[in-house]
Amino acid sequence: MTRKQKRMSVILAGLAFLAAATGLTFYALGQKASYFYMPADLAAASVPPGQRIRLGGLVEKGTIVRGQGATVAFSVTDEQKSVKVTYTGILPDLFREEQGVITEGAFGPDGVFVADSVLAKHDERYMPKEVADGLKAKGVWQESTN
Amino acid sequence: MVETGHFALVLAFALSLVQMLVPLVGARTGNQRLMAVGGPVTVTGFALTALSFAALASAYAGSDFSVASVWENSHSLQPMIYKITGTWGNHEGSMLLWVLILTFFGALVAVFGNNLPATLKANVLAVQGMIGAAFFLFILATSNPFTRLNPAPIEGRDLNPVLQDLGLAIHPPMLYLGYVGFSICFSFSVAALIEGRIDASWARWVRPWTLVAWMFLTGGIAMGSYWAYYELGWGGFWFWDPVENASFMPWLAGTALLHSAIVMEKRSALKIWTLLLAILTFSLSLLGTFLVRSGVLTSVHAFATDPARGVFILCILTLFIGGSLALFALRASRLTVGGLFHPISREGALVLNNLFLTTATATVLVGTLYPLALEALTGGKISVGAPFFDLTFGPLMLPLLAIVPFGPLLAWKRGDVIAASQRLMAAFALAIAAMLVTGLFIDGASVFAALGVGLAVWLVAGALTDLAVKSGVGSVAPAVMLRRFAGLPRSVFGTALAHLGLGLTMLGIVGTLCFGTEKILSMRPGETVELSGHTLRFEGLSPRKGPNFTEDRGRFLLISDGNEDGEITSAKRFYPVRQTVTTESGIRTLGLSQLYLSLGDENNDGSVVVRLWWKPLVTLIWGGGLVMMAGAAMSLLDRRLRVGAPARRRKPAAALASPT
Repeated sequence: MTRKQKRMSVILAGLAFLAAATGLTFYALGQKASYFYMPADLAAASVPPGQRIRLGGLVEKGTIVRGQGATVAFSVTDEQKSVKVTYTGILPDLFREEQGVITEGAFGPDGVFVADSVLAKHDERYMPKEVADGLKAKGVWQESTN
Repeated sequence: MVETGHFALVLAFALSLVQMLVPLVGARTGNQRLMAVGGPVTVTGFALTALSFAALASAYAGSDFSVASVWENSHSLQPMIYKITGTWGNHEGSMLLWVLILTFFGALVAVFGNNLPATLKANVLAVQGMIGAAFFLFILATSNPFTRLNPAPIEGRDLNPVLQDLGLAIHPPMLYLGYVGFSICFSFSVAALIEGRIDASWARWVRPWTLVAWMFLTGGIAMGSYWAYYELGWGGFWFWDPVENASFMPWLAGTALLHSAIVMEKRSALKIWTLLLAILTFSLSLLGTFLVRSGVLTSVHAFATDPARGVFILCILTLFIGGSLALFALRASRLTVGGLFHPISREGALVLNNLFLTTATATVLVGTLYPLALEALTGGKISVGAPFFDLTFGPLMLPLLAIVPFGPLLAWKRGDVIAASQRLMAAFALAIAAMLVTGLFIDGASVFAALGVGLAVWLVAGALTDLAVKSGVGSVAPAVMLRRFAGLPRSVFGTALAHLGLGLTMLGIVGTLCFGTEKILSMRPGETVELSGHTLRFEGLSPRKGPNFTEDRGRFLLISDGNEDGEITSAKRFYPVRQTVTTESGIRTLGLSQLYLSLGDENNDGSVVVRLWWKPLVTLIWGGGLVMMAGAAMSLLDRRLRVGAPARRRKPAAALASPT
């Protein structure tokens, strides 16, 4: 093989790899990325049951209900709308009423959001960024004192 | 002392300006004396940075709350070890550690680089100086760790409790040694582009630095993964979190660099490609620093969000990546093209490795940056997690793993796939056997699990086959074989160990993901639970007081074969200063597997939510990482790399001993 042919074959192989990776990436971004919503955005978005999304907001006061076993129900609110969420598992250490939270999962047929993961703040001082931005956009953001 | 540290930092910045200009001018004009300035200035810069770092560490150790950074991230009641490690458990201190390691590597080149061509050494030190200058300026302008408070507060605000762990002593320094270690490869590449030529000493120098950086990065990532695993209490070892990806991308690119540097050193081919990879690898390290330190991401690693910092690092990033790539575009065509090789050869296999690894890096890059780009452009918020990477990174990685054992068995220039396959027959048979045993005899094993186990065994057996073939197993007498085995170059052991480690990590991942079991339940004291043949009895909660926290410890008795087999405790800790609760997971290692339990909230009826995992072979995930590190260390000890490289005194002896 001449140098030119060799170079061409390496370049072609490289292009084939890139094409495969690009195809996979586009497909995966379309199928596997989950969008973030606040409760009030959901009406406009019409998310079908079963589609994975991330739902963020504040844990509404007085809505945390510990059921039997390890299942917990609570509502996520953005002060305009609220959505019922159920979760089975251990809640994060910083999960509490009126704190920012992001849940990931899908709506069940009954309209209750079934979360398989719940993220709260990593640190006392910060709110999850998406939630803070969302609350600011809705004009209900209050600078926390801590 | 604090002012001394601050002053030393300013001086180090000033010296980095000298370091970036004077040797460069010297190399350009051929002035020996100007070039000779580089060495001493670099070493002094390192000494000053070390002094500055020591000053900050002593402020932390002595709980000097008049320093803003100490006040925000320390507390007088913290155990001494966390006071000291807290030095880099915050934005300012961790950036200081970053430049400390950068200047340390620069000083190593200055001290051990006497046998480098003078102009190359001068240019390398100058490029190191540029990186240093940019980051010193960043620290002094936006993240000064020595800012004072007046009046001084009486008590500090405590270190983030999640960081109050031994992991903080190991993970960041190791990760930075890896991240920043690649700066040397970058500087060598840019220096070669400035000079417009690559010579033999260039190739000899770049490989050991790549090995060192790669070794520490491997350790840093493995340690970070284990830390997250036991500290966060979620039982996961990898989350595809953007911050993890930030360290994983340089690792993937660095792995590609490690392999292409072999081709360049042995066959002086792929020169331009290796040079580009070295630039890209450090660019990804810089990108990682940007992602983690700028506050664009929310994570445990983002200590504070200050827009000025993000913009500043973005400027540094643009300057260095853009500048080096522009230089590459201008100069790369001047470099000579290397030797010819057949597609089926060791070189060909290494090129294939590079194609797989770089495309895999690209998919991780897209998955990490796309959500940020989308938000910046359209305001839409998406999250890209494990499902995305399983679908993109997975299909690119699996074929690469399948061809790994072939590489070392192919000859340089022109290889023979059939001969290599014949030698791998035993390994292949072993892998098929492992696959069948897994699929047929283990309950609940999926096809995927069986394939995964087969692939892992294939990697391990393939690595051992390489050693066996090279020491002549089956073709020579046992005594000769032993002699040959002992006489194999250390780099052959290095390769085998690294590939073996990869197989072990793979086995750990498959074992944990496919055969792990999990239970979430609420338990009252005295109740027992069984998980994968292990019985645990909940003994109850008991309060305890630590130095700067209080905790409720849940005690669980492990019962094996009807006998009591020790206690596992998991705790909910409360740190009053930050009003923060953390979960301390309870882990018992049984063989290579682990029983992992995590305590949840107490219900109103007195029962406690408990989450239990049985994680078969999980320790292999990180054990494999350690084996990979050992492989890199072994490769570094190779005679070949010592010839003409760092240890100059040994040159005559090594040259005599070397068979080639």
